[in-house]
Amino acid sequence: MATPILGSAIKRREDPEFLRGESKFTADINLANTTHVAILHSPHPHARITGIDASAALKMPGVIRVFTGADLAGKMMPMVCIWKPAGVESHFGPHPYGLPGSQTALATDKVRYVGEWVAAVVAETREQAYAALPAVKVNYEVLPSVSRAEDALKPGAPQLHETVPGNLCAHVEYGDKAVTQKAIDDAEVKVHLDITIPRQLHQPLETRATMAQYDEGTGEYVLYTNTQIPHGNKFMICNLVMGIPYNKLRVIVPAIGGAYGSKGYLYQDAPLMLFLTKEVGRPVKWVDTREGLSVTTVHSRGQQQHATLAGKKDGTITALSVTNNVDLGAYSASNGPGAPLVLTGRSVTGAYVIPHPFYEANLAFANTVSLGPARGAGRMEAMLLIERLIDAFAHKVGMSPAEVRRKNMVKPEQFPYENGLGWTYDTGNYVPALERALEMAGAGSLADMKQEAKSRGKRLGLGIGSYVCVAGVGPSPRMGREGLIGSTWASAVVRVHQTGDVTVVTGSQPHGQGQQTTFSQIIAQELGVDMERIEIRHSDTDGVPFGQGSYGSRTYSVEGAVIFQAAQVIRKKATKVGAYMLKATEDEVVFADGKVSLKTDPAQSKTLQDIASWLWFAWDLPPGVEPGLEATEYFNPSDFNFPFGSHVAVVEVDEETGAVEVVKYVCVDDVGNVGNPRIVEGQMHGSVAFGFGPALMEQVVYDDAGNLLTRDLGTYAVPRASQLPHFQLERTVTTTPINAMGAKGAGDVSNPAVAPAIVNAICDALADLGVQHIDIPVTPEKIWQLMQR
Amino acid sequence: MATQTEAVSISITVNGHTHAVSVPPHRLLVDFLRDDLGLTGTKVGCESGQCGACTILLDGLAVKGCAVLAAQADGAAVTTIEGIASNGALSKVQDALWNEHGVQCGYCTPAMVLAMTDLLSTNTKPTEQDIRKSMDGIICRCGVYQNVVRAVQTLI
Repeated sequence: MATPILGSAIKRREDPEFLRGESKFTADINLANTTHVAILHSPHPHARITGIDASAALKMPGVIRVFTGADLAGKMMPMVCIWKPAGVESHFGPHPYGLPGSQTALATDKVRYVGEWVAAVVAETREQAYAALPAVKVNYEVLPSVSRAEDALKPGAPQLHETVPGNLCAHVEYGDKAVTQKAIDDAEVKVHLDITIPRQLHQPLETRATMAQYDEGTGEYVLYTNTQIPHGNKFMICNLVMGIPYNKLRVIVPAIGGAYGSKGYLYQDAPLMLFLTKEVGRPVKWVDTREGLSVTTVHSRGQQQHATLAGKKDGTITALSVTNNVDLGAYSASNGPGAPLVLTGRSVTGAYVIPHPFYEANLAFANTVSLGPARGAGRMEAMLLIERLIDAFAHKVGMSPAEVRRKNMVKPEQFPYENGLGWTYDTGNYVPALERALEMAGAGSLADMKQEAKSRGKRLGLGIGSYVCVAGVGPSPRMGREGLIGSTWASAVVRVHQTGDVTVVTGSQPHGQGQQTTFSQIIAQELGVDMERIEIRHSDTDGVPFGQGSYGSRTYSVEGAVIFQAAQVIRKKATKVGAYMLKATEDEVVFADGKVSLKTDPAQSKTLQDIASWLWFAWDLPPGVEPGLEATEYFNPSDFNFPFGSHVAVVEVDEETGAVEVVKYVCVDDVGNVGNPRIVEGQMHGSVAFGFGPALMEQVVYDDAGNLLTRDLGTYAVPRASQLPHFQLERTVTTTPINAMGAKGAGDVSNPAVAPAIVNAICDALADLGVQHIDIPVTPEKIWQLMQR
Repeated sequence: MATQTEAVSISITVNGHTHAVSVPPHRLLVDFLRDDLGLTGTKVGCESGQCGACTILLDGLAVKGCAVLAAQADGAAVTTIEGIASNGALSKVQDALWNEHGVQCGYCTPAMVLAMTDLLSTNTKPTEQDIRKSMDGIICRCGVYQNVVRAVQTLI
């Protein structure tokens, strides 16, 4: 092959179907004789249910049945949290299996957040089901509520769960508190920031949707649902919630209209629809509304951080202490504790050598929607914290933010680098990425830029967001130690058919990442097969024997790596059999460009198809060789991988209105080797856009009474095209030894740089006003208020 | 409830085929297209005119299918994503989006194709801001905006 196909920016194979509108998303699929489900949500943040009367609803047109929590009692266990923090005291609602319990699919005696599911109406049409909801009468005895972590942790706060004293789900500590405190006490310079990060809604364009069908004759269930973790759903449904035999449930994930971490859980709808379809004896279909999504699909972020960074007058950092209070919602989502505990907790040292780091977190239950990871999960919160502190520290010691970063960044010769909070950074070269980003942003002429902007009534500021982002989830033993009751290895089946066509079965779950293309590139490169002859199978638990789904920047560097590994097994077997067919020894042949050839006479060769066909007939095989040309491989990485980079934002703040315009946004990211640079670039665009929102406009708002005010896309702002600048992207390449391709995760890794780069730029623009910090989202109103002081 | 429930007779041309049908007066155009005609290429994201996933062409103009009643489209010509490719060949806009990686999860893609088709039919030399403004009615949470700009720029 002349040009390597792996690593080239070819067009995505999956696109024509999307471009023609032919791809089927869950809501696009209609099973014969389907009934439709609408859900009644709790209007109260905290209340006792004293009675439910569905009689009027049952008389509404088209209504078939109305189900409440009482109908599920004894037939379905509570939802589960599969993240039990290891080695720390933790409290959850109870689950019969001794696991951390979570909410029941429909509330029974109490509701604990606005939006909690109270009743399900099944009707002939979706319209009829929704029309009947107001006719379901529920009597509530309203209880006091609390919607912020720090309020929930105060003595005397309203209690959510009897089994969770003081609403404290878990307290965790990493590092040595006393040693860190001493280092801070002894330090020449210290800066302290209190940072509140509001909750963010993922807002995938497609809401959640689920269909279920039960076959009375075979006892088999089929679940169609837009989850990032089809096998994870199956495991939790069968083993922990419903007791359906594992071989009687098939989970199919149609195309997914965006997830960003919001669809990587077992939600109430999956077990509930399975229950309902059997009860009503017909397929059931539920498609959520935007308001429904806002009040029941997980929220993310939401941290109250208190942090001190200490060091020397020469700019050397010596210690970091962080206390983080986080509300997990009223119930923990499947993996709710993971982001604040691990992804934030172990990441707060960022790109820097900090000899004495300490992190503690208090995870609280409050009367809010469950918390879950979002693109940049945990690390966005960590990078905002450390990057804001670095700028504050630089200001205090009178050095430039860039200089403090250069001075304290982990140096290339220090890798592998243990950060003191549990991460071992694999490889990195941080300073060059920073220098390049500064150069691209024109940082050298900052003073002139500020002067020129001033003449136009604008305050110009430049901000840096440097990051290290744990990726490639991951190493199963490590995840187990962190508290995940599950696994994160990768799996693949690569099968070369007797025709020469290749089927790849992947455990990953595509929802925009371009697996069909990148994974085909791996096979095309390694086996010399034309792209058109490769098919990637995924997202159906009947056709995919096992799989861990897609999240945590694991697609290419973990699930891609196992496809690469399986391809090597195929090459090895093909080489052995090809040599046998050519009546040569393995040493005398070479596998290249899809053929096994004699080294001495390359014209003498057998194609991969010849070999696959030979192995299919199996009339004459070498001793010990089994028929067929396929490989089933697992990859359980030895550790995570650690992409890094630096972003630089240049902003202009309007002197009169406080409006912010990001006039330049520069990214220099390093994700190691990439399979398809165009796709990686697209992922970076998405990560950055997903960071702009929270930095400047997005936030979930609860009022003092616990009502969720941001319930649609009119009250919750997400960035539109004209609100975003052109992103300038470059990459450096530092490979990792963690996988054979030298690839690092790329899906969400650069998101954590965005909010700090923008906030640092705005604080720079307002520096002469004595502004040390502004919480995100940095709205014009906040800036205007500061400018009036 | 005192809402009018009598069906309304309409004649509507969708992708060149005329349908003379009766629809409930409150039926949204997007629901008519998806549920009655089975044209599921048009997506639903918010049912309130805020996300743009249901963008279609109504007499050539990009509009949100959830903000128009089917009854209001009586006599109109509607183009959905299913009517954009001709004889299986992608349109120029579709092809450009493919070439420039203007598709990620694919959910906003039909809307983007129709909005950009509308833009180029009225503005043959759009600036970057023109292109971005013409996308403002459509949310793409995957972040394809920049590549859609690039795609449209290859067509001007």
